[in-house]
Amino acid sequence: MSAGDAPVVETRSLTRRFGNVTAVNAVDIEVRQGEIFGCLGPNGSGKSTLMRVLLGLLAPTSGSASVLGLDMPRDAERLRPQVGYMPQHFSLYEDLTVRENLEFAGQVFGLPRRRRAERLEAVVETHGLHRYVETRAAALSGGWKQRLALAVATVHEPELLVLDEPTAGVDPQSRREFWENLFDLTAAGATIFVSTHYMDEAVRCHRLCLLRDGRRVAVGRPQQLVEALGDRVVNIAVDEPEPAIAALRSSSLVASTTQLGDTLHVLLVRDAPDADTAGRELVSQLAAAGLHGAAAQGTSANLEDVFVSLLISDQSGGRT
Amino acid sequence: MNTEVHAIPVAVLVRIGAIAHKELRQLLRDRLTLALMVGIPALQLVLFGYAIDVDVRHVPTAVLDRSQTAESRKLLGELAATQTFDLEREAADEHDAARLLEASEVGAVVVIPSDFAREFHRGRGAIVSILADGSDPTVSRAIALASQGLALSLSQRMGSVSDAPGNRFVHGPQQDLLRPDPIRIEVLPLYNPERRTAVFVVPGLVGVILTMTMMLFTALAVVRERERGTFEFLIATPVRRGEVMLGKILPYLFVGFLQVGIVLALGVLLFDVPIRGPLWKLALGALPFLAAMLSMGLFVSSVSRSQLQATQLSFFFFLPSMLLSGFMFPFEAMPEAAQVIGECLPLTHFLRIVRGIVLKGASLEFLADEILAIGLFFAVVFALAALTFRKRLA
Repeated sequence: MSAGDAPVVETRSLTRRFGNVTAVNAVDIEVRQGEIFGCLGPNGSGKSTLMRVLLGLLAPTSGSASVLGLDMPRDAERLRPQVGYMPQHFSLYEDLTVRENLEFAGQVFGLPRRRRAERLEAVVETHGLHRYVETRAAALSGGWKQRLALAVATVHEPELLVLDEPTAGVDPQSRREFWENLFDLTAAGATIFVSTHYMDEAVRCHRLCLLRDGRRVAVGRPQQLVEALGDRVVNIAVDEPEPAIAALRSSSLVASTTQLGDTLHVLLVRDAPDADTAGRELVSQLAAAGLHGAAAQGTSANLEDVFVSLLISDQSGGRT
Repeated sequence: MNTEVHAIPVAVLVRIGAIAHKELRQLLRDRLTLALMVGIPALQLVLFGYAIDVDVRHVPTAVLDRSQTAESRKLLGELAATQTFDLEREAADEHDAARLLEASEVGAVVVIPSDFAREFHRGRGAIVSILADGSDPTVSRAIALASQGLALSLSQRMGSVSDAPGNRFVHGPQQDLLRPDPIRIEVLPLYNPERRTAVFVVPGLVGVILTMTMMLFTALAVVRERERGTFEFLIATPVRRGEVMLGKILPYLFVGFLQVGIVLALGVLLFDVPIRGPLWKLALGALPFLAAMLSMGLFVSSVSRSQLQATQLSFFFFLPSMLLSGFMFPFEAMPEAAQVIGECLPLTHFLRIVRGIVLKGASLEFLADEILAIGLFFAVVFALAALTFRKRLA
């Protein structure tokens, strides 16, 4: 794989509309060879549409998309043998067995018989599917289905993997193993474009882009994104969380509040003073509301704070 | 889709084979569909076949006895004894008889002429007429059949005056025998002189069943993939549009031939349908029709979003096929407009082919026009399906 420095995926103000709805709005992204590029965003933010346009399954309304140097959707058919795709919903044949699904994929991806047998053996090994080789897909649990889907998507050793929320609804242990597999694949030279809802997964991506309402609102390494948020998070320990949340939400300093047991994790608004000052201010505001004994402490931001801050930044009175 | 020619046609065949094989596997695991595949032809054959050929008994019958003699009463006794006729009422006169038939109050009227006894004794052949309600071919055919045997046995049992062996009988007015039997029964089917039989219906049923099942199976095979989400996986693979289409059609061609076999085999077993033409000719004649109906299914699938829609659309096509093809009603008796529509339906042409081969042993050259018409329909529909079948979402 000598893709050189050319990006694996490159879009220029890519836009896709469905009637009046703009699902993907002037998105520019660049995915580099060998990285796991994450796509984070709430439901309906355009992640799936973006992926489908990249795969040539949907035509863009305007803008351009180039994938592995091929122009989408014009060269979609030439792209197919080089990509593996896991749609958001399980899309393999439930009435076929694990082996039959893998074999079918091997055939339609044009692997010669011998190679097909080797690859089938290899992915069964990689994903630990031995026990279930003769089991119909319908009988597999969520975690195993998702392993099978990844096995099928990689049976032809694609250069690019497009995974649409591959771990939705899967238990943490299976998700962890799934991600280990993804890193193995990138180590072998594959590039992965993955969307997710889970912050713990987003953190593991090499780079991330955040989508909101079809727009790209941020892009960068997870650490960069967190640092860019700066000193805007305060933890406040309180005795009575419920009234404290209500009080904080009416404060002009607070962008959002998340309850963590007896602690309130507070994201400050963009133009708030530094965390220490703002923390003291909030404690006194709580006291003024009759809520005494609160204690503020500056803390480091996490990716969820980034996510939340970006999602609400433009919204009037944005509170979550 | 670009115009690039694929380097290895083997890969194309492998992909078509992969889809066809997968389709067949899924089919064999779908017990309900499988049961329908065998069940629909069998059930329809039995329903239609027996409804036509069933041994009809107890037809409500009126009697117009102008003779009023011991002989005529004896004749009526014999008629009643066959159990085919229930002599329920007396008709006052011909008008009354016609009215009873028209109002469907009776299925037949037995008319015994006033000179019945005299003619019988003279040995000239006394004629008894049975007016049958021909709008129901089931009834009129049953009456005709019953009357055939009856005339013979009546002549013997009521005592023949002539020395004729009496093994000849007449059951239709058109036949003119030199030596008349003592009693002749003419059956005059009113309203629908063409009496159709299971022999006629069974070959037609082949076409009707194929129209219904073939279209539905392919339509559902594609729409199901869309509904279950597997279509999104499939179109993201290098499989070409034409490969998907062919892969979906091939297994059902096989199923189609299987159904032809089931219907004909049951037709022979249950209804003694004679198969005059060779089976290979029938297979050859059925091929374009099967391809046409399967393509129709593909077309239906590319314009429907759900299995329900596909089913409804299939029925939308199936109903006129059944009604206007000459299966339900004699084609020549239909209004001209209906005939024009009928000519556009592949079933119409297939009925001519299948009846021609099965019943008359007709050669394929005589059926070339019909095959051509179906071929044309196939070409148009396949092109439409290819144009509307997209390897895209939405």
